[in-house]
Amino acid sequence: MAKFEKANSVGEWLDQRLNLTTFNKVMMTEYWIPKDINFLWAMGVLLATTFGILVVSGIFLMMYYKPDVALAFDSVNYTIMQEVAFGWLFRHMHGVAASVVFLIIYIHMFTGIYYGSYKQGREMIWISGMLLFMTFSAAGFSGYMLPWGQMSYWAAMVITNLFGGVPVIGDALVVWIRGDFNVADATLTRFFMLHVFLLPIVIMGLIGLHFYTLRIPHVNNQSSEDIDFDAEAEKYLSGNKKESKVIPFWPVFISKDLAVLGIFLIFYFYLVFFHYNFAMDPVNFDPADPMVTPAHIYPEWYFLWSYEVLRGFFFDIAGVSAFDIGLIAFAFANGIFLVLPWLDRDPKILPAHKRPIFFIWFWILMIDLIVLTVYGKLPPTGTNAWVGFYSAVAFILLFVILPIVTKIDAKRRGSL
Amino acid sequence: MRELKILAVVVALTLITYWGVEPFAHSQMHPHVAPADFKFNDVQEDIKDIKALKGDAANGEVLVTANCTACHSIEAKGFPQLMDNASAGAAYGVTPPDLGTSGKLYNEDYLAAFIKNPAKASKVEHKFVDGRAHPMPNYDWMQPQEIADMVAFLKSIAPKEMTNKEVYTNACQRCHSIKYGDMKGGSMAAFTSDADIKKYMGKLPPDLSQYIRSRGESYLTTFINNPQKHLEGTAMPRVGLNEEAQAQVVAYLQEVGDSKKAQREELGPKFLIYFVIFAIFAFLWKASKWRDVH
Repeated sequence: MAKFEKANSVGEWLDQRLNLTTFNKVMMTEYWIPKDINFLWAMGVLLATTFGILVVSGIFLMMYYKPDVALAFDSVNYTIMQEVAFGWLFRHMHGVAASVVFLIIYIHMFTGIYYGSYKQGREMIWISGMLLFMTFSAAGFSGYMLPWGQMSYWAAMVITNLFGGVPVIGDALVVWIRGDFNVADATLTRFFMLHVFLLPIVIMGLIGLHFYTLRIPHVNNQSSEDIDFDAEAEKYLSGNKKESKVIPFWPVFISKDLAVLGIFLIFYFYLVFFHYNFAMDPVNFDPADPMVTPAHIYPEWYFLWSYEVLRGFFFDIAGVSAFDIGLIAFAFANGIFLVLPWLDRDPKILPAHKRPIFFIWFWILMIDLIVLTVYGKLPPTGTNAWVGFYSAVAFILLFVILPIVTKIDAKRRGSL
Repeated sequence: MRELKILAVVVALTLITYWGVEPFAHSQMHPHVAPADFKFNDVQEDIKDIKALKGDAANGEVLVTANCTACHSIEAKGFPQLMDNASAGAAYGVTPPDLGTSGKLYNEDYLAAFIKNPAKASKVEHKFVDGRAHPMPNYDWMQPQEIADMVAFLKSIAPKEMTNKEVYTNACQRCHSIKYGDMKGGSMAAFTSDADIKKYMGKLPPDLSQYIRSRGESYLTTFINNPQKHLEGTAMPRVGLNEEAQAQVVAYLQEVGDSKKAQREELGPKFLIYFVIFAIFAFLWKASKWRDVH
């Protein structure tokens, strides 16, 4: 056992037992971040804050919410919104944060793609991030069910039905997921458990993993320069702060994050108070009614792009049914980002503007995703259906040609 | 400078996506309809002769008493409801309204047209075919002067002021419940029983507690004025509210469905001021920390 001496202060007492000084250095004051970063690198802290808001507001909502098909709608729209003091504030904060968190995740994700932060050595950062995205998606979907409105019910119906397309076990799988032959009370109760317990725990674990994956390869930077962190840290600690290419997480990096966070929170609370409707589909203010199908069924905006890939394939091709093709494309869309580090064949880490063809590839991907998102909401009829088809095909092709694109860039640069 | 450019790109992409998903998609899915007007042009031809005359309220009272009080109550004039709501609903399909407030709630032209031909005025003629008849018979056999007199009487007995809730109760509650209107206490349930109103309308008319949020103010304004505009063939009648009464109905739906609006609007600016100050201090702190490293 370590040697313990009489401590002169609480801090010293704790330090002897928990080694707080070293812990602080490793986690904060000597956790090195490149200096050459822009505000896009603050998205991690914004996400952590938004997740914190979701957890805290969610706890307050859970105190009054009733996971029962007969009570759920009223417990949200009446009890929480009208009877509980500031229940409306917690609900709007939760609802808006649930939507905004995806906006920030997408910005975070595409920042990573643009600067090549998923490449050699940083694969685990990327993979843990994608796992976080998937878990967030599951949390978003299960949470959307809870008010038991029309769109909650029908979105659950459509999404759980998709699992029926899995070969052999499809039908049994659907029943197993729903806990019933139909979307009903059992479904609501289990989605409640997933949303308030299992998925948040998994998210917290993955956030821990995601932070940890940064430790060894370190954070990427704007020019994707390969920095010798030990040497640069040495410079910083010896007082050569201006020359050093790194800064400590606390207080230098975090001071910039907080400034960005300030702007973000103005935007966020503007939405909470004056534009909360954007995050809440009006259709969901009609109580769930299994007898009446809404005129249009669509998911929340952040799922629209993959939903459009799913339904973009609306006609049978070569004897394969449209439903099966759509399902395969949907699985492809949701899995392909995970293997991005291996699709990019360029041996060097460079930002997109230094890889000419990849740069074009990146912006086509962005445009395609926006088109998919918008057409994912529109009714899939006439021209809309064809726009959806072509942009879904384009999405798949983009990933098919990515290895070639990145190789050509590398060759032209002479590094292959 | 570079960061501002990046910010501009992020903001632009966000706004384009937002525009596509919200205003653009909305305009594609919900075709624009003409704004609410309270002119009732489609029945003006039928009541031209009535409108040319001046009604006599005293004579109207005699006519209303003789023709209307067999079914309708006029509590203000000492004609009580003859049956309870359940029996009236079973007898007529829907409970008949008390006529004491009609002169206040309904457009004058509409009242005349409605007395003459209820199904036509309320735009539900499509429901009453194949021998089915509107529970209120047509009074098109009356002289134009007589209808003008009855309208004049209904107007003369109407109250000057009504609360939003009273307007709602008189105009909508015979068919629609709005359970959040009385803390779910039951007094805001529809007057007609679920079974009767379902039989009469073809389906149960929705509870309106959250309609201000599920439909929104502008949809409600055009919908109440003329339900056929948004839902062609709907069983919901054009009720014929005048502009003021309709505004009161929408205001009541707002009070019930969005009761914390005032609190929200009061608290919002305070939050924003707090975070503006927070952001200013955060930027000052950032500047002081980064001075050493640049």
